[in-house]
Amino acid sequence: MTTAPDTTSYDAHFKVWRGDVDGGGLEDFTVEVNEGEVVLDIIHRLQATQAPDLAVRWNCKAGKCGSCSAEINGRPRLLCMTRMSVFDRAETITVTPLRAFPVVRDLVTDVGFNYQKAREVPAFVPPRELAPGEYRMQQEDVGRSQEFRKCIECFLCQDTCHVVRDHEENKTAFAGPRFLMRVAELDMHPLDAADRQGLDRQSAAQDEHGLGYCNITKCCTEVCPEGIRITDNALIPLKERAADRKYDPLVWLGDKIRRRQG
Amino acid sequence: MATGTEPQQNTGPRQTAGPQATGVRGSTRAAIAAPHLRKDRWWLAPAVTVLGLLAFVVYSTWRAFAGADYYHAPYVSPFYSPCLADNCATMKGGPNWALFGQWWGLSPALLILIFPLGFRLTCYYYRKAYYRGFWASPPACAVAEPHKTYSGETRFPLILQNIHRYFFYAALLVAAVLTWDTLLGFRNAEYAWGHMGLGTLIFLVNIVLIWAYTLSCHSCRHIVGGRLRHFSKHPVRYRMWGWVGKLNERHMLLAWASLISVALADFYVYLLATGAFTDPRFF
Amino acid sequence: MAHVERHQWDVVIIGAGGAGLRAAIEARERGLRTAVICKSLFGKAHTVMAEGGIAASMGNVNDGDNWQVHFRDTMRGGKFLNQWRMAELHAREAPDRVWELETWGALFDRTKDGRISQRNFGGHEYPRLAHVGDRTGLELIRTLQQKVVSLQQEDFKESGDYEARIKVFQECTVTRILKEDGEDGDEGGRVSGAFCYERESGRFFVLEAPAVVLATGGIGKSFKVTSNSWEYTGDGHALALLAGASLINMEFVQFHPTGMVWPPSVKGILVTESVRGDGGVLRNSEGKRFMFGYVPDVFKEKYAESEQEADGWYEDPDSNRRPPELLPRDEVARAINAEVKAGRGSPHGGVFLDVSTRMPAETIKRRLPSMHHQFRELADVDITAEPMEVGPTCHYVMGGVDVDSDTAAARGVPGLFAAGEVAGGMHGSNRLGGNSLSDLLVFGRRAGLHAAEYARACAGGRPAVGAEQVDAAAAEALRPFGEAEEPGADGPSGATGSTGASGVSRGGGRPAQNPYAVHQELQQSMNELVGIIRREEEMSEALERLGDLRERAGRATVEGHRQFNPGWHLALDLRNMLLVSECVARAALNRTESRGGHTRDDYPEMDREWRRANLVCTLKAAEGRGERAERISLRRREMPPIRKDLLELFEKEELIKYLTDEELTSE
Repeated sequence: MTTAPDTTSYDAHFKVWRGDVDGGGLEDFTVEVNEGEVVLDIIHRLQATQAPDLAVRWNCKAGKCGSCSAEINGRPRLLCMTRMSVFDRAETITVTPLRAFPVVRDLVTDVGFNYQKAREVPAFVPPRELAPGEYRMQQEDVGRSQEFRKCIECFLCQDTCHVVRDHEENKTAFAGPRFLMRVAELDMHPLDAADRQGLDRQSAAQDEHGLGYCNITKCCTEVCPEGIRITDNALIPLKERAADRKYDPLVWLGDKIRRRQG
Repeated sequence: MATGTEPQQNTGPRQTAGPQATGVRGSTRAAIAAPHLRKDRWWLAPAVTVLGLLAFVVYSTWRAFAGADYYHAPYVSPFYSPCLADNCATMKGGPNWALFGQWWGLSPALLILIFPLGFRLTCYYYRKAYYRGFWASPPACAVAEPHKTYSGETRFPLILQNIHRYFFYAALLVAAVLTWDTLLGFRNAEYAWGHMGLGTLIFLVNIVLIWAYTLSCHSCRHIVGGRLRHFSKHPVRYRMWGWVGKLNERHMLLAWASLISVALADFYVYLLATGAFTDPRFF
Repeated sequence: MAHVERHQWDVVIIGAGGAGLRAAIEARERGLRTAVICKSLFGKAHTVMAEGGIAASMGNVNDGDNWQVHFRDTMRGGKFLNQWRMAELHAREAPDRVWELETWGALFDRTKDGRISQRNFGGHEYPRLAHVGDRTGLELIRTLQQKVVSLQQEDFKESGDYEARIKVFQECTVTRILKEDGEDGDEGGRVSGAFCYERESGRFFVLEAPAVVLATGGIGKSFKVTSNSWEYTGDGHALALLAGASLINMEFVQFHPTGMVWPPSVKGILVTESVRGDGGVLRNSEGKRFMFGYVPDVFKEKYAESEQEADGWYEDPDSNRRPPELLPRDEVARAINAEVKAGRGSPHGGVFLDVSTRMPAETIKRRLPSMHHQFRELADVDITAEPMEVGPTCHYVMGGVDVDSDTAAARGVPGLFAAGEVAGGMHGSNRLGGNSLSDLLVFGRRAGLHAAEYARACAGGRPAVGAEQVDAAAAEALRPFGEAEEPGADGPSGATGSTGASGVSRGGGRPAQNPYAVHQELQQSMNELVGIIRREEEMSEALERLGDLRERAGRATVEGHRQFNPGWHLALDLRNMLLVSECVARAALNRTESRGGHTRDDYPEMDREWRRANLVCTLKAAEGRGERAERISLRRREMPPIRKDLLELFEKEELIKYLTDEELTSE
């Protein structure tokens, strides 16, 4: 009902990577942009008008599902949360697929690496003595893990992390920020009973999930669209917890004694 | 199939330029030759970091090896406190603890500087800063790093970064001594109490920043409360963890501010000791 | 026809949202080999968009709550059109379903004494919604996803294969439910599997299984302004129709009162009801809290009459009545619509929703973090400082597959089950906020359970998948690529629904159609003609236009090849959207009253006679008809009377408003 004046529309220049695993390159497009639009709107307009088979993954278009991850002007972003107004109108905007994962087609990459890593983190272990409905947890005790559970699994942190982005060979040993954060989330869960199954998440973080590869250069935190402070609140605390287990004789001794008493 | 729509059999990854094509230029990744497509000034932050840190290293090396001009009553340079060798200037009421006795012939600063240096070298912020700035690992986010292999902090020597907490304990002691030094600053050149000069003020600012930086340390945050699983059972530690957390959010800022203030405090003492400047006294 | 791979499973679940995953977990825990197939990546389902919470009468915040009260609220919300047995099961079982999530690692917000916190919501008498800030759906989907992974980890320990007993086929689409060959036609034929394609490669495959659970969600993508994602193309609804099942209550489409209205590209994105539950108020351009003027008679005693009383309720709910902003969604949506029509709307055609003057900025950021984020990022609006502009958006379809209340089995098609939004009946004519997530869990579990039992009972004689059915389905899927397929092109006879598109010849000579354009016109038509307020002439015109679009969709062609080709995917989804849209329009035209999510301008009153009636849609046999011909036939069916003990939960005076005299006296 509001007919926005046409002065708010303009033509923008885009370079979009098209191709597949056999090769490809950046293709030029000139496309209309209207007020309030985000990059994903422009990609959709390309599909509807110029390139009907342009492949892109998307879903909720509201920054909640984490499907439309790509790289815009070389920076990992969600296409649906990048407003066109942040760019200069004359600027050529480059959109490429995530560069840390194998490409499938156009803007779609194979993110299977992440699903594989998800399987390697042992799940929450419910305390056996508590029946459903008997769980009692204080808000301050769940707060830390709740922050990590805001994660929408867009995998931008996994994409930007140089440990795997620049070194394919590290993918076997390194879980990546998202899944190290998952380890931290479970280790901070007030009722997780992993230790009673002989599972030491703190040592496992280093021994099984490659925490040592992280050199805390914070790119994961920089790209997180949910604003989760991955490095400060998950990775570094996890490093400190691993240090408790492995490099702190005092803590180690204390725990030994306490456990013997308990 | 007649329509030609049947998906092609994967012919496998394409042939790439050479064996060194890995990372973002690896054979399965989207074929883009450029190591990165960033258009912003991503190099600015690491460049500034390198310049800032280099400036401090040059300055502190000169001052640490000098072994002179570090005391001007009642002020002792934070680089030389506490003084653990016998060859120190005598500082009345000051930190003269000649644990190393007479055999130490080099500058006494070298003995004590190991601890703050170690603290900062293993600090989670400085690690980020120099890994990015000096090692280019990575130079900036989503900018390809130049190294062929990478093992992070999994091996010697970088695995030693895990001992950060011991340097934190030492840094606490050093900060305590520097606090004492600051208190001694409330004397005049004749060691009479109840006086204050510009130097006292500089020392006060410095010690506040040193404490803020030290307490904002990630190891501190962990020790104070972060290692707990149930905050609700330790309300006092939970509150302390909250405070440290607030400081910790500004760890980078405090790291730089305290680095500059400690150099300034030292330089001020140098100016006084060489007679280039006279301490303005307030009372 | 090229070779099509076949996989054998016990239970196949279509959809990996809340209902699908809950069903999968149940079937797998019963020991059956379970395949889940979904259009998106695993963990991205539309359930993540749910914000407010999961309704369950745990009574953690107000111990006056119990399942009877929840049942009552649900029936009132649905204007007594709910399948009462479903509403009863839902209210009874919801608390257990929520508690169970905690044992799988979910972390809800807590009360002071450490239990799950519950919040107020429209239509719920007590604080009832278990929540995590305003991202409850994400927590639900992640918890279920991680539970699936933990089951896979168990299987890996046992067999060395993560996918031995539960596998997710992600980014795959089902285009046909397959059934065993019937004698003549498909009457009574059992389900034998599903025909699917991989979106990534375009490769076809068949999942063979005796039991198939539909959990595909809703139909919102047939409307222009919607809070739904691209996946919501009514696949499950259409698959059920094509397999011979029926749909009920399709005229009831929920328009959520508060969607974003600006900027245009985000129009329709949801603004959670928690904004109002936590204290947000609606104002028109004159600054007036207009909802006080829109409380309908049936709700008069329950809602505040003055701003003072309404504001008092947040602190002291026992001595004040609730604010009218918390009326059920249909009422609020209509009120907003009326205000805008009367010229009292906001600059971009909505009304104002304000929290900024009601709560301190810090509280807003803590309680509504994703709303704060969403408005800041997408509309440049700081909701802690200024009001939001909101308007109605297509949100949910109450109608769906006609199922048995206890077993979630689709009537008339042995082996087919449906749960969640794709199933009809539970919510009657209007769904209460928070009842969706609990619906997913309660009936997801039930569908998984009964599908597993059914599949186990079939163990000996499993229905077979005939080759001609597979060929027909493949030919149908390839049609948008232009030239028809070699062998099956001239109408394979054994297709599942003999009514499938296979009998239609390709339009030689007529111009090819762009699927995107057809889709846009469909959305426009549905939004304008079968939208929030409906009129006979408009709906007749809609049916007219749908005929045109059906014909044009038959000519939709796409470029390129089958590898991740969005144009092709859309061309295939059009069939489903058109079928479902026809159901909506036809049922809406037929129901000559206004009730819940169905508002008629020409019949503005609720009619007690209509209370007992379900409109049932089935597919017409289309042999020998043109492409424009109607595909849906409609019949009226009486609902079973509400059980006596459940009726007794209500006051007589209230029942009089809904039930006919005859129903009341027959007790």
